[in-house]
Amino acid sequence: MTNTTTYQQPNEQGYYGKFGGAYIPEMLHRNVEELRSKYLDIIYDPAFQQEFRMLLRDYAGRPTPLYHAQRLSQQYGTQIYLKREDLCHTGAHKVNNTIGQILLAQRLGKKRIIAETGAGQHGVATATVCALKGVECIVYMGEKDIERQAPNVARMKMLGATVIPATSGSKTLKDATNEAIRDWINNPVDTHYIIGSVVGPHPYPDMVARFQSVISEEIRWQLKEKTGSELPTHVLACVGGGSNAAGAFYHFLEEPTVQLVAVEAAGHGVHSGLSAATTQLGKPGVLHGSKSLVMQTEDGQVVEPHSISAGLDYPGIGPLHAHLFDSGRGAFLSATDEEALQAAFNLAKQEGIIPALESSHALASLEYLNPLKAKRSEAPIPANAMITKDSVVVVCLSGRGDKDMATYMKAMDMK
Amino acid sequence: MNRIQELFKLKTRNILNVYCTAGYPQLNSTLPVMKALQDSGVDMIELGMPYSDPLADGPVIQASSTKALANGMTIATLFEQLRGFRQQIHVPVILMGYMNPVLQYGFEKFCQHAADVPVDGLILPDLPEYEYENEYGAIIQRYGLKFIFLVTPETSEERIRRLDSLSTGFLYAVSSSSTTGKDKDMNAVNNYLQKLKKMQLKNPVLVGFGIKDKPTFQQACEHANGAIIGTAFIKALENTPDMEGAVKKFISDIKS
Repeated sequence: MTNTTTYQQPNEQGYYGKFGGAYIPEMLHRNVEELRSKYLDIIYDPAFQQEFRMLLRDYAGRPTPLYHAQRLSQQYGTQIYLKREDLCHTGAHKVNNTIGQILLAQRLGKKRIIAETGAGQHGVATATVCALKGVECIVYMGEKDIERQAPNVARMKMLGATVIPATSGSKTLKDATNEAIRDWINNPVDTHYIIGSVVGPHPYPDMVARFQSVISEEIRWQLKEKTGSELPTHVLACVGGGSNAAGAFYHFLEEPTVQLVAVEAAGHGVHSGLSAATTQLGKPGVLHGSKSLVMQTEDGQVVEPHSISAGLDYPGIGPLHAHLFDSGRGAFLSATDEEALQAAFNLAKQEGIIPALESSHALASLEYLNPLKAKRSEAPIPANAMITKDSVVVVCLSGRGDKDMATYMKAMDMK
Repeated sequence: MNRIQELFKLKTRNILNVYCTAGYPQLNSTLPVMKALQDSGVDMIELGMPYSDPLADGPVIQASSTKALANGMTIATLFEQLRGFRQQIHVPVILMGYMNPVLQYGFEKFCQHAADVPVDGLILPDLPEYEYENEYGAIIQRYGLKFIFLVTPETSEERIRRLDSLSTGFLYAVSSSSTTGKDKDMNAVNNYLQKLKKMQLKNPVLVGFGIKDKPTFQQACEHANGAIIGTAFIKALENTPDMEGAVKKFISDIKS
């Protein structure tokens, strides 16, 4: 590794520009250092790659299709391709990372897996790979989220995982993450912590991005088959911590002609006080072991965000994304709860696909990017991010909407 | 000379350092609790600055932080409370907290205000040695503050030496790899402390995490210069109508 940063490659200390690093207490040093010194050698070992690729193919169902959504394209007057991560085993892209990390954990000789989860998607994906490999699995989940996401709690239990409620602080994802980190501190020898997003201390953001990068690796060759060019004009993805966006952007990060559009959750509106739009509302800070943008009070206390989508309900953002925002390489938009709901119903009717609420935020941004629709965004949109009839737009459909049916049913009742 | 150095010059054994959370149990308890600790004979005070996400702390200390934040405690308020506190408090005081609130306050401004009141040293468990050397250590030293690194039983000998060379007040030996407030296997702790003692480190060593009463304090002091008590003390302050009495009893039970 060199000490220069590219968008793909953080420097040796895990920095993407000003963001990243490993702000961890000494109690975590051995574990994180073990991971840092070994992860690249392990994951680029041919035997690892062979098993990883085999499981992605035969177990997770990859490659996922790149689907030319014709009616949606017509509606927006452009060419739209959906990257169907919703068709992955367990219903979202999360499994790409958990397969990679369980294989890594085995090679590190770890016998016990811990994870945090918000909506439960990463918890389910972790419980799944632990069942696959017969490894003990403990998932920390905020007490409030356990109440809100009962079906995913049941799935994790059926898969043999122990779900432990996080009862400290705000009792949601950030506190579940704190509890998982504490568990790791208290179990320094036999445990591997499978972080679910491109957050946490170095090397997690880079490692998770590499495991998720299979998304954009596939997009390139699939797009070439369909259009003759590997490069789209735009890639759109939702961002909470940012793992599906990191995966969808990864092999386009160094392609300056490709517009990378990240869509955050505006909740009730960016400035409503009930929002999770971290790049709009956050300030540089340290959360969960890395320096990034963090939603916080003037006194540096981390605040509780809001989004209708539990997967985007996180007060931070991965350091790679903070750097994409800071450097202007990525365009960061946001979509409200209501806009995400409309986009979900629209995709269901136009294409027969019920998307996850998270992914619906990415779809909702099409309204802002289309000059004909010209919906005004709360965040300024660079002119070259706008789409035209000649654009080739890839939207990462990160997950399916089954888990969100209670929310969708409520929305239908209100109409 | 810094109060921490003075203390270790006068006393090298059985040093009792007690942790309390600023703004707990009430917003204005900070000074009265510190005063009661000093009057009961503690040698040093570690004053916690509450944070919403204290990763290295267990549930008891986190709950005290949550309460302190609900009471309205902030770093700015703490420095207000500490203005002129040296008229009453003469023991060394170390501020303990997490990076995020300090960065928001402004790292240099924080060090300046800490040196102005003055406190004697800092413990920032999520400021790793790389960042300390690269950026923050120079600022801390410019304001004459001591900086205390942590070591654990998982820390390699080479790394212990390195952290000892960077530490300026004392070395904080975490008794086992854990968050605060967990019970420990004291035999394993003994072996680890003996190892540290044999290394003949530059800094005095204080043991923390899992020290909760007289037996655990005495055991820790056998192989180290002293120990730090946090969780057990915070528990002693919970729901007590007589704070001063509770502090006095807690400390005298340990020192008796």
